[in-house]
Amino acid sequence: MLAWPGGRSLGQAPGSAPRVGLVFDVGGRGDKSFNDAAFRGLMRVRDELHMPVEYIEPGEGADRESALRMLAAEGFSLVVGVGFIFTDDVNNVAVDYPHTAFACVDYALQTGPDGAVVPPPANVVALKFREEEGSYLVGALAGLSTKTHAVGFVGGMDIPLIRKFEAGYRAGVARTCPDCRMTAQYAGVTGAAFKDPGKGKELGLGQYGSGVDIIFHASGSTGLGVFEAARETGHLAIGVDSDQYDEAPGHILTSMVKGVDVSVYDVAKEVLDGHFSGGIRSLGLAEDGVAWVHDEHNAALLPTGAVAQVDALAEAIKRGEVTVPTTVEVPK
Amino acid sequence: MSVAVELRGICKAYGALTANRAVDLTVDVGTVHAIVGENGAGKSTLMRILAGVEVADAGTVRILGESPARPTAREAIRLGLGMVHQHFMLVEPFTVAENLVLGHELLRAGLLDLAAARKAVADVSAAWGLEVPADARVEDLSVGEKQRVEILRVLYQGARVLVLDEPTAVLSPAEVTRLLAMLRRFAASGRTVLIVTHKLDEVMAVADRVTVLRRGERVGDLVTMQTSPAELAHLMVGRPVPMPGNRPDPPDADPAIDESIAGSASGGSGASAGARPAILTLDGLGLVAGGRSALAGVSFKVGAGEIVGIAGVIGNGQSELLDVLGGLRAGATGTVQFGGSDRVNLLTLSVAERIRAGVAHVPEDRADRGLVADFTVAENLMLGKLREFGPWYALGRTAVRAHADAVLERFDVRPRDPEAQASTLSGGNAQKVVLGREITRSPRLLLCGQPTRGVDIGAVEAIHAQLRALRDAGVGIVLVSAELTELLALCDRILVMHRGRITGEFLAGEADLDRIGELMLGATAAPAAAGIGGPP
Amino acid sequence: MSPKLASLLDRLIAPALALALAMAIGHVLILVAGASPPEVFGALLAGTWGNGYGIAQVLFKATPLVFTGLAVAIPYRAGLFNIGAEGQVVAGALAAGFVGSHLPTAAPALVAVTTCVIAAFMAGALWGALPGWLRGRFGAHEVITSIMLNFIAMALANWVVADFLAQPQTLHTAAIVDGARLTRLGSWLPAFRGSAVNTALFLVPVVVAGTAWLLNRTATGHQLRSVGLGARVAEASGVPVARVQTLAMALGGGMAGMVGVNFVQGYKGYFEDGFSGGVGFMGIAVAMLARAEPWLLIPAALLFATLSQGGLAINALVPKEIVDVLVAVVLVVAAAAGARSARREEGS
Repeated sequence: MLAWPGGRSLGQAPGSAPRVGLVFDVGGRGDKSFNDAAFRGLMRVRDELHMPVEYIEPGEGADRESALRMLAAEGFSLVVGVGFIFTDDVNNVAVDYPHTAFACVDYALQTGPDGAVVPPPANVVALKFREEEGSYLVGALAGLSTKTHAVGFVGGMDIPLIRKFEAGYRAGVARTCPDCRMTAQYAGVTGAAFKDPGKGKELGLGQYGSGVDIIFHASGSTGLGVFEAARETGHLAIGVDSDQYDEAPGHILTSMVKGVDVSVYDVAKEVLDGHFSGGIRSLGLAEDGVAWVHDEHNAALLPTGAVAQVDALAEAIKRGEVTVPTTVEVPK
Repeated sequence: MSVAVELRGICKAYGALTANRAVDLTVDVGTVHAIVGENGAGKSTLMRILAGVEVADAGTVRILGESPARPTAREAIRLGLGMVHQHFMLVEPFTVAENLVLGHELLRAGLLDLAAARKAVADVSAAWGLEVPADARVEDLSVGEKQRVEILRVLYQGARVLVLDEPTAVLSPAEVTRLLAMLRRFAASGRTVLIVTHKLDEVMAVADRVTVLRRGERVGDLVTMQTSPAELAHLMVGRPVPMPGNRPDPPDADPAIDESIAGSASGGSGASAGARPAILTLDGLGLVAGGRSALAGVSFKVGAGEIVGIAGVIGNGQSELLDVLGGLRAGATGTVQFGGSDRVNLLTLSVAERIRAGVAHVPEDRADRGLVADFTVAENLMLGKLREFGPWYALGRTAVRAHADAVLERFDVRPRDPEAQASTLSGGNAQKVVLGREITRSPRLLLCGQPTRGVDIGAVEAIHAQLRALRDAGVGIVLVSAELTELLALCDRILVMHRGRITGEFLAGEADLDRIGELMLGATAAPAAAGIGGPP
Repeated sequence: MSPKLASLLDRLIAPALALALAMAIGHVLILVAGASPPEVFGALLAGTWGNGYGIAQVLFKATPLVFTGLAVAIPYRAGLFNIGAEGQVVAGALAAGFVGSHLPTAAPALVAVTTCVIAAFMAGALWGALPGWLRGRFGAHEVITSIMLNFIAMALANWVVADFLAQPQTLHTAAIVDGARLTRLGSWLPAFRGSAVNTALFLVPVVVAGTAWLLNRTATGHQLRSVGLGARVAEASGVPVARVQTLAMALGGGMAGMVGVNFVQGYKGYFEDGFSGGVGFMGIAVAMLARAEPWLLIPAALLFATLSQGGLAINALVPKEIVDVLVAVVLVVAAAAGARSARREEGS
């Protein structure tokens, strides 16, 4: 017979250090991109801040809220939901646990009936990234690097959040290569569009076949299919959220990294140091919330002088001299 | 000559039914040996015991001089016996070659060597003139071809003794001729053939010797050259049966017969229906099933308060007739008028409408059509009469219980337990439950198939009494039975069916067992359509 | 011991065996994963039956499992295997969400709730009747057609929601009117606070009792069971087999559709694409474990709900796949034990 001990509660921490719990979306972990960036941040919290951490990957949609709630009920000091889909769930749970700190990566701001932005509950920090700024930089680099004067974009789910990537990318391409042709496609209209490498490959092959030689993807693990297409056809792709060079070495021109890991780490550190505050946190180039990758791996792929040009644009954005659009003006 | 098969004192009983009683059988190597007998004479049981499919209660089996170490099919095959079953044991979507090697696949480097299998098919097939395409899917083959695949497989397995159970039942005349020729070739090559049949013309054409079984006992063992169809029929039935001349394959449709039967049928029922109004009138009922004609031009009447029996060797259309009348088989042609002033063509009604109109049905196969095995007796007794137990949304438990108790009491079902699982009942009690359910519908017509099949002796009389009482209450009954004695005991009239046609009609008291048996076996009806007397 | 009690006990043996063996195998797996089995099982219990919220969540998750269990069990009793509960769930939930959001905001609660429940049931029933009808009319096997209809339902819902009904920035339809929303039990019972368990839970005993009554005490139920246990006998007794089978599939589909009541009216307040998350397929497991007996669906659903909620609780200790394996083991053992006792019954 099995012995049933008296129900030691989940992750009861040794000592009293504040604990950090994180909930992924269904099937999120292992995307080598957005979710894994959050996981890296959590690991840094554990290793560098020595805070006890736990994470949950729910099996079904209805479990997102339940998982957040369990962590909050367990007395975790900070509970993080990874992805815009957690917005409602974080709001609901945060109201019931006013003394717990919550963070939601890519929190979706809602507007009230009067059109004004509804602020999140006081104990929630909404981590929002100005992806358009980083996308602008990789767009500029694509414009400098393309030999066919045709570049592409593959988005995951067709929602404003991903449209921001496209908008910045378009503007960046237009800045360095005004006559470049731009193809933008989305993998779908549901959450599954972020988890469909097959679809990604199909779109990638289609774009490369039409003369495009560089594709920027913002599509979660769907992008792995875009990389596959790049490798098969000998073209270049641009990664997103994490540095994705290793997914297709020699074919990743650069990556638009989103500081999900850093943001998670920063919020945890604030909680540890006792000066957490809720509210909307907008993270762009100036805050190191987004960046573009140029290191020894992809140095050979970059055209001469490109690093200097792109970095100059980054500085211009930080100084406010360049304004990056967040919505796409679809040319008719 | 050495002995291929030797059976000594084989006994086998199923409950109260004795299938084989101390049967001896000796078959020489290189001969074709026929086993003949009426339905239920124990032929198939004997062959199944020989093939190791059934275990005998007593007696010994020797195949090619050896006794099987264990009574199993595998052991019989090892000793060189191959059985071609009535129901083909083939995997339909597989090709002939794949079927052939099933169970002992030819392997090459761990892979199925189909090339070798195809060659084997070609070799065996050519050696015997079987002509089966190795790459054809079995499901695409004709019945005759499937049978040849079965034979091919048995040969391929190295059988020295072939047993064929009713091999010609499913074949066309041309295929029969071909099969019989093949069997002779097997014997000529030193193999041994046992063929179970009840078609005497085939026996005369192919067999070297004949063993006759009657009611589980061996009643004759004869050299074919020294016997005659008449003598064999006599042995099978137990009294002399006059046979027609040397006609191996009676014609399907002899206009003269048809006319005479039609005439006599209408005349006969006219006579009997003079006193009794007809409750059921069949006119030109026909049915094509599985590409062959199962019923053709069947016309007769059933009067209220009359039992009309249908006699025939199994598979001559009686089952189809009951199914068509009961509404379980669509596609029949002709008309079936039912009722008195409220006449209606039964063929246009659903089963439920027939039941409401007053038709009850005791199906031939209880397990298949009569009782839900996992239902209780009470639940089974509710079938087709749910309206009797209250509103549909709340069946009255008391009413259900009362009905069940009443039926169990009236029909003396044991145990008297309405909650007993139907599958636990003995054959007789199960049949009483079905009969009870159908009779308590208060029908005007009862369709009754094999009412005492698998029923113990004690219950037979009770069932017969119930049927007689029903008849006396004015119910018309169509009774299909394989037991001639049962038909003679119960029926006011007996019709004989052969190959989907009515080939004879006999009034009670005028019925001649010999003549009926003769007609059942396909003898010509010309000499005595009315069935009285018969040729010498 | 009365035969009824004996047969009930017999039915309970399989699940009990399944549970014991699943725990034994789980024990080994947890050891392999490098965790301590007592700790993991302890956390599993503590996170489910160990506190009010856990209990409430188990009840919340068991509710749809009873509905999808019925969705499989009812057709099963008529001799059909409904693999299409997942699609029927989607149809019902979408209908509840659509109807609920189009009701006048002033609609009284009783009217609004009832309308949505009926809409959910009817949509599921229609989607379920389809394979039943295809079977009766064309002889298409219901396993194949109901599986295919799952994909069709999900794709259609996906399209309809994404292109017509979705609120901006989201994957869900507009909120249903307040009157159509069900009360969360947490608002009465402080221990249940935070959990999504709602008054849809009270539908469970009602629907299960109704199904048990239907199967055992009505003419329709008698016909349905006779078709399931002996279709050819039923046919010979005048039962319209095809019609009864279509009805059974429709009833089952309707039950699956009621999952929408729990999710849309009781929890989210809107239909969200992709919410069903396999609850329809889990219904197969629930029905098999309960051997298609209505009342036994409740303990079976509670068991799987406990494993699901407990899976969250132990997620931090062991890979979540271990819970999936536990669920699978329960199923395999229950199926094997069920087959064994069925054989024994036959043999007697």
